[in-house]
Order: sequence, then structure tokens, then C-alpha cells
Amino acid sequence: MAQSAEDITEAGHVMLPGVGSFGAAMAALDKSGLTAPLRARIVLGKPTLSICVGLQLFCRSSEESPGAVGLGIVDAQVTRFPETVRVPQFGWNDVNADPACQVVEDGFAYFANSFSMADAPAGWSVAMADHGGPFVAAMEKGSVVACQFHPELSGAYGQGLLKRWIDLPC
Amino acid sequence: MLTARVIPCLDVNSGRVVKGVRFQGLRDAGDPVELSMSYERQGADELVMLDVSATPEGRGNALVTVAAVRQELGIPLTVGGGVRKAADAGALLEAGADKVAANTAAVTRPELLTEIADHFGSQCAIVAIDAARKAEGDGWEVITLSGKNRTGMDAIGWAREAVDRGAGEILLTSWDRDGTRSGYDTDLLQAVSDAVHVPVIASGGAAKPEHLIEALQSGADAVLAASIFHDGDYTVGDIKRVMAAAGIPTRLDLTADTP
Repeated sequence: MAQSAEDITEAGHVMLPGVGSFGAAMAALDKSGLTAPLRARIVLGKPTLSICVGLQLFCRSSEESPGAVGLGIVDAQVTRFPETVRVPQFGWNDVNADPACQVVEDGFAYFANSFSMADAPAGWSVAMADHGGPFVAAMEKGSVVACQFHPELSGAYGQGLLKRWIDLPC
Repeated sequence: MLTARVIPCLDVNSGRVVKGVRFQGLRDAGDPVELSMSYERQGADELVMLDVSATPEGRGNALVTVAAVRQELGIPLTVGGGVRKAADAGALLEAGADKVAANTAAVTRPELLTEIADHFGSQCAIVAIDAARKAEGDGWEVITLSGKNRTGMDAIGWAREAVDRGAGEILLTSWDRDGTRSGYDTDLLQAVSDAVHVPVIASGGAAKPEHLIEALQSGADAVLAASIFHDGDYTVGDIKRVMAAAGIPTRLDLTADTP
């Protein structure tokens, strides 16, 4: 577990597991001084895997936590799923990956989320899924990968993804 | 799109999987780690583990069992049984559960659901509701203490309140059908799933694939079953092939389907 800015800056690989709300996660990063080094390594393209709310933190804000400021890697706001579908989304959804994706593949992945990024961000290779409308299931650029789903709970599909990320040439 | 989930349920007593009708006449049904791995290979979408231990020693063993299962399992794990305070939920999550189910203690003290949701998120806070048809009048009442107590509390109203208080999912067991092998109570499922917007897991009464399909067509988002899998009547893959043929969105991984 990273304790300091140096840990984040110097680590070969960094995983940002999704825990808690958008606002609570950003507050925890801010409090421990990890926001700036995390943002820097993502911008520099150092190997970073961000999961669940970790993907949402790439946006500038979220309906979940009005006022909270995200990493702002992409110019987007996180929104709640529509009333027409079950929320939270619990279960395995069909992920369709852009052919340019190197780490994320087509297949079923396990999701547990009430909020999502609706539009594919420019400049990233994306994988989309659908829950009351399309949303970003994953996005990747070089060694930086963000997944709305949980690869660690997605059986063989998730294990394959983790291995491809670790094996990427740095 | 999101697929319907098939969820084998393991009742665990002092580190062993047991089976019995309404917790009476418990018989040994195997090792929880071996069964969990087998169900994942068959295509299970999640697992539920209910700790039915009656003693503090058994409760302690449950944490060890959760950790042992987590070590080998690659799919989500919900754990219930004996969750009375947020710290109990925290211990189970720490041991490797992804979601925690509260039942009797949530009925006695509904704030428990809010406490779990505030500490760990609504996506971790599952309310397990045991419901039985009211002896008089329409509807269903909430049953607690593993069937020992009929509360008189309206099950639909309780489902709504539990969600308002922070529950992110409902594990709904028909006490009339549990162990009867006569199919899920589809009227109950329809009523609860119409009343709330969170996912509903159907439980109690499954004996054949058609029962699971009926439940999913009656509003359930997921179907839980125990004995049909433990007894070897069907593999999870058997069930999911029938579901897919019936037009239900299903995650099929045929390469992994071995008993």
C-alpha cells in the first residue's frame, strides 16, 4: 500500500482499487498527498491500473459527490444510471472493446456500480457496455488502464486482463 | 447488456457446507473451498455463503472459511449470518467477502443497514428478507430468527424501508417455498421487484431450470439455489444453457463448464 508521494512516483506499477464514493476517494488521495503524483504518473503514461470508482476519478466531477474535484485526466462528468434500470448495476455485463485496445478484450466482466462515464473520452482506446444506455466499461492509453468493472472478481476474463497489463512493455 | 446471475448458496456450519430443510436435520455437503471452486468452473456468477453456526466458536471459523474461499475464488462472494453491527460486516469484508447480508439484526435495528452502507458503501450492504404469506389477508410478512419468529411486519414495506436505509440489494427468500422444491414464489418476487429499484435475488424453492427461469421472468435479477447444485441434479452450466435457450441474457462460458 502506497504511503507517500515518493511511493507513487517511483513504483513500477500502481493499482488504484475502487473503494468508497467519488468524493471520499478524492478526499483520501488529497489528504495523503497522493493526488498530484498520481495525476503526474498517469499523464506521463507510467503503468497504472485504476478500478471501479478509480476510473471515475479520471473525470473532473461526479453527480455522486457534487463539489468534489476529480483528477481531471479527461474532460467528463460521471453520471448516475437512469431510472429505467436496476441500480446498483450488479453482475456480468458484455464488454465490447475497440480493436485498438491492447489490454481490454471483448467478454463478460463483473460490475458493481451506480454511476458511470457515459461518453467515450477522446484520445483513449475504450471498451463500452450497456446498462440503460452505453457507458465506458474501460479505457486505456499505453500502460494506463482504467476499468469500471472489477477484473479481480471477473474470473478468467479478469485474470487475463491483469496478466496483459503486467506484461506490457514499459 | 447485464446478464441474469445464477448464484449457488453454501450454508456453512463450523467450516463445513451443510444442507437441510429449514435448517433442520443438517447433513454434511462438503468442503466450502472445493465446492466454491467447482461452482466457479461451472459458470456461477457469484456465490453466497450463509454462516448457520449457532456458537461463537462457529462464528470464528466462518471468518477462516471466508478467507480460505477468497484465496481460491475469482468471482464475487456475499456472506451472511450473525451480522449484528458494522464491525461484524467489516470483519467479513476484511476476510474477503465482497458483500455482506444482514437479516434478523436489520429487522430488529434497521439503522444497521445505514451503518454498513455509510462505512462500506451501499454496494456492500445486502438485506436478506425471509418472507411468508400472511395467515390472514393479502401479502407477506417478515420472518426472523431462521423461521422461529413471525413478525407481522409487511415484507413489501420492509423491502422499501431497507432500500431507503441504504441496502443495495435484496436477497429474498420465500419461507413457504424454501426446501419444498415447488418453485420460487413468483408473486412475492414480482411484488418486491416492483416496489424497489435495487436488484432482487430470488431464493427458496428451486428444483429445476424452469423454476429459475420463472423467477427471472417475474422480476428477479438473480436466482439463488442450494440443493439442486449440491445434490448434483444440475450443474450451473446445465441451468444456464436452458436460460439462454429461453432468451434470458446469460453469461455462458462453455469452455469452463465442468462439474
